[in-house]
Amino acid sequence: MNRAQRPGGNSRLPDLLQPPLPRALHPGAWWLWALGLAVAASRTTNPILLALILAVAAYVVVRRRGDAPWALSFKMYLLLGALIVVMRVVFRIIFGGGQGDTILFTLPEIPLPEAAAGIRLFGSVAAEQLLGGLYDGLRLATMVVCVGAANSLADPKRMLKTLPGALYEIGASVVVALTVAPQLIDSVRRVRRARRLRGAQGKGRRALRGIIIPVLEDALNRSLALAAAMASRGYGRTGGVDPRSRLVTGLLVVAGLVGICGGLYGVLDSSAPALLGAPLLLGGGALALAGLLLGGRRVRRTGYRPDHWRPAELVTAGAGIATAALMFLTARVDPGNLYPSLSPLAWPDVSMVPVLAVLVGALPALLTPEPPRSGAPLPVPTAEPRKEPVA
Amino acid sequence: MIRFEDVSFRYDEDAPPALAGVDLHIPEGELCLVAGHTGTGKSTLLGAVNGLVPRFTGGHLRGRVTVAGQGTESRPPQEFAHLVGRVGQDPLAGFVTDSVEEELAYGMEQLAIAPEVMRKRVEETLDLLGIAELRGRPLRSLSGGQQQRVAIGSVLTTHPSVLVLDEPTSALDPTAAEDVLSAVLRLVHDLGVTVLIAEHRMERVLQYADRLLYLPGDGTVRDGTPAELMPDCAVAPPVVQLGRTAGWTPLPLSVRDARRRAGELRERLASRTPGAPWPDDAAAGADTEIAAAGSAGAETPAGPAGLPDDPGCLLRAKGITVTYGSTVAVRKVGLRLAPGQVTALMGRNGSGKSSLLWALQGSGPRRSGTVEVPGGDPGTLSAAEARALVGLVPQTAADLLYLQTVDEECAQSDAESGAENGSCRDLLELLAPGVAGGSHPRDLSEGQQLALVLAIQLTAAPRVMLLDEPTRGLDYGAKRRFGTVVRTLAAEGRAVVIATHDVEFVAAVADRVTVMADGEIVADGPTAEVVCSSPAFAPQVAKVLSPLPWLTPDQVARALAAEPRTEAAR
Repeated sequence: MNRAQRPGGNSRLPDLLQPPLPRALHPGAWWLWALGLAVAASRTTNPILLALILAVAAYVVVRRRGDAPWALSFKMYLLLGALIVVMRVVFRIIFGGGQGDTILFTLPEIPLPEAAAGIRLFGSVAAEQLLGGLYDGLRLATMVVCVGAANSLADPKRMLKTLPGALYEIGASVVVALTVAPQLIDSVRRVRRARRLRGAQGKGRRALRGIIIPVLEDALNRSLALAAAMASRGYGRTGGVDPRSRLVTGLLVVAGLVGICGGLYGVLDSSAPALLGAPLLLGGGALALAGLLLGGRRVRRTGYRPDHWRPAELVTAGAGIATAALMFLTARVDPGNLYPSLSPLAWPDVSMVPVLAVLVGALPALLTPEPPRSGAPLPVPTAEPRKEPVA
Repeated sequence: MIRFEDVSFRYDEDAPPALAGVDLHIPEGELCLVAGHTGTGKSTLLGAVNGLVPRFTGGHLRGRVTVAGQGTESRPPQEFAHLVGRVGQDPLAGFVTDSVEEELAYGMEQLAIAPEVMRKRVEETLDLLGIAELRGRPLRSLSGGQQQRVAIGSVLTTHPSVLVLDEPTSALDPTAAEDVLSAVLRLVHDLGVTVLIAEHRMERVLQYADRLLYLPGDGTVRDGTPAELMPDCAVAPPVVQLGRTAGWTPLPLSVRDARRRAGELRERLASRTPGAPWPDDAAAGADTEIAAAGSAGAETPAGPAGLPDDPGCLLRAKGITVTYGSTVAVRKVGLRLAPGQVTALMGRNGSGKSSLLWALQGSGPRRSGTVEVPGGDPGTLSAAEARALVGLVPQTAADLLYLQTVDEECAQSDAESGAENGSCRDLLELLAPGVAGGSHPRDLSEGQQLALVLAIQLTAAPRVMLLDEPTRGLDYGAKRRFGTVVRTLAAEGRAVVIATHDVEFVAAVADRVTVMADGEIVADGPTAEVVCSSPAFAPQVAKVLSPLPWLTPDQVARALAAEPRTEAAR
C-alpha cells in the first residue's frame, strides 16, 4: 500500500518521511480505538491505570480533534465523569456504611423502620468503603470519557453515513431528527416572544396551549414539506425490490444486533453464564452480517466522498484493539495489580505490561494525520486522485 | 416535455376544482411563467408535474400528466427524481443534510450515481451557481438567498430535464431574489433546462418568459406568450399597469421596453405635480370606521393627541440600542412618528429593522434609550398595557394564532384587550370582508391571516402600529388591498411603521422612508426623495419616468384622467 506518492513532490524529504496531509480519519477508526480503551478500562479498578487511560484519551483528543461543534463536547464528558465519581462516593457514604475496619469518621446513623431492614443510612464511614466507591466510579467515568473521546473526534453524521446500506433508512432518520431539533427550539423561542404581543401573561395550561399549538403546527408543516422534498429527490426509490425481502433483511439485522449486544454483555461481565458470552456474540454477528449482505445486494445508492480505510485508520483502530487485548492478557496472567486490594488496604501497584498496554492507546496522537481546520473544505481526505473504483 | 391531458383535480369531492380540464404541452427548453392570484391552483399545477399532487396532498386527479413520456399515475414521485427537480418557497424546509456539499450530493446518492461523477458534478454545480466559497458551510448559517441557490443546485446535480420552482423568491429580500432569479435565467440559457416557475415578482421574469400560464381562478389555465395574455391578466407588474394606463400596444414587459416608449408620456406629465401615490380607494376609505370599531369597547381611551410637550408626535425614541451578546443589532437610533404618517423601514436582512420594531413595542430587548408614547414608555409597562399603546404584527404573523376557529380567536382577543364582544370581529370584517367565522385560522390565505392578526392587535386600540414584513407572500391584489388598509389606519390618526423590502409597496403606501444599515439609520426623508435617489431602490414607474418623481401607476392614471381636454386636443 504505497500511498506516499503525492503530486508535486518537490520536497527534499523522501515522501515517506513527510508529514501526512491533514485529513479527517474514518469515524469508525476512532470509535474502534475508543471502544478498545473503554474495554481496557472495564478490566481494571486500579486508579493509576484508570488515570493513565484518561490521560491517554484526553491527549489524543486534544491533539486530533477538529474545530467542529461536536469536537467541543469532550469537556462535557469530563464533567459527566467527575459527576459519576462524586455520586458513587456520596452514595457509599450514605448507604454503604459499616464495611471495612479503617473508620475515618462517624456520622449519626438514621434509624429506619423494620420494613427497610438491611439498609443503613450514614453511620461510620470506612476508608475501604470510600476507596471502593472511588475505584468503581472512576472505572465507569473512564469508560464514559472514552465514549466521549470518540464523539468529539469523529463526526457523528459521517459515522451514520458509513452505516451499511441495509441500515441506511435508520441513519437517514437520525440525521433528519438531528437537523429538526434546532429548528424546533427556534420556533418555540419565536412563539413565546410573539405571545407577549397579545398581552398574554404566560402561565398555566392556556399559556402552554398558546405555545404548543403554533410550534406543533409549524413542525408538522415542516415535516410534510421535508417528506415531499425527499420524495421528489429520490429518497426511497425501491427500483422494484419486493417488500418481503426487505422485511427479511430487517428482521435478520435487528435480531443480529440484539444478539451482539447480549453477547458483548456476556463477554464483558465475567459473572454472566458462559452461554451468554462468546456463542451469543458470534451468533448475533453472523445473523447481522447475513442481513447486511442480503440488504446490501438490493441497495441502489452510492455515497458521496466515502471515507476509506488507510494505514492511519488501521493504526488507530489497531491501537485501541491492542490496548484491550493486552489488558485481557494481563488479566489472565496477573490480575492482582488490576484490582488493588481493599482488605487489607494497600497502595495500588502497577506492573509494566498494563502500563504499556495503555500507552499503546496513545499512538494515534502521533501517527495519524492532523485534522483539517476550518476554512478548509469538508473534513474529508482525497488530496490524491482516487484510482480504485468504489464499490 | 411536459404534457397535461384533460387534467382535473379537486382536493375534496365537494370542493370546487383546483384544476378543470387542463390541456397543456410544454416543449423542451422553455421558460414558462405560471401566474395567478394566491389560491388559484398554481402550486397544484406545479405539484402535479412530478406526482406530488395527488400522492402527497390527497385529492382526486383525473386525466394524465406525463413528463418525457412517463405518466405520474403509475409511478411515485421518487421515480421522477432524475427527470424533475423541484424547489419550494422555504429552502430550509427541504434540506435533508446539513452542509452545502452533502446537500448537493444527496439527490445523486439516491440515484446511485458513481462517486467520481458525483464529485465532478458537485464542483460544476458549485461554480454554476456561484456558491463555491460556501461548500463546507452548514446550511443553517447561510443567508436566505444563498440557501435558495443551494436548493436549486441540489436538484440540478441530478441533471433533470425539468425544473419546477414554486415561488422561489417569496421569502427573500430583493438582492437575494435577484441572485436566485439570475441564476435561474442562466440555467435556462446555458443548459436548456425546461423551467416551470411560479413567481410573484413577475416583473423580474416576465420579459424572459417564452410562455405564460395564467390561472384566472376557475380551475382553467390560459396558455400563451406574455404579450398575448398580459392585456387582460389580473396580476400585472407596475410597468404593465403603466402601459395599460398610457394605452400602449403591445404592452411593455420590461422597464427597458417602457422607457423607450415613454418619451411622449414624460412630456405630458412634465408640467404636472404628482398626487398621492396610493390607490383611489384608500383616500376614499378614510372614514373613521376602524377607529370606531376599535376603540368603542376598549378600556383605554384614545388619549391626548400627542406627547404633552410635542402634540404633533405620537412616539419619540431616543438612543435606542439593542444588543445580542456582543453583536450590536441597533445602535443609538432616534425616531419620531407623527399621527397620520406611514413610515417605511427598509434595509437588507439583518440590518436591525425587526430588532428596532420589537424594542419600540417594548416586548423585545432594549439595552438603552427611551421610548416616549402618550401614556408612558411601553418598555416599562406590562405586556397588556404596552399593546394598548403600541401594536406590533410580527414577521410570522401566524405565531399569534392558536385557537381552532376565527371566531374563537376574535372572542379571545376581545377578552384580552377588555374590548366589547364583537369588536375584533367587526374590525376583521372591515380589513378583510367575508372571512368565515368557523374556518381554521391556519387555513386562511396569507392575506386573510395578516388581516386577522392585525384585527387582533387593533382591538387593543393602539395609536402606533408597527408591521414587520407584512407583504411577504401577498400577491398584487392582496398587497393593494392591504395598502388601502394601511392608508385608512393612518387617515384615522395612527402612526404606522412598516418594515419591508418591497419597493413597489413602499412607493404606493409610505409618506416617509427610513433606511437602516448595520443597526443605524442611513437615510430618512419623504418617499419620493429617498426612493428615487438610487436606481436600485426605485420603483418601476420611477425608472420609466425618471427624472420625473412619479412613483405608481395609480398616480399617473389619476393625472391622465384629470386632463381629458388635453387628451382630446391631441
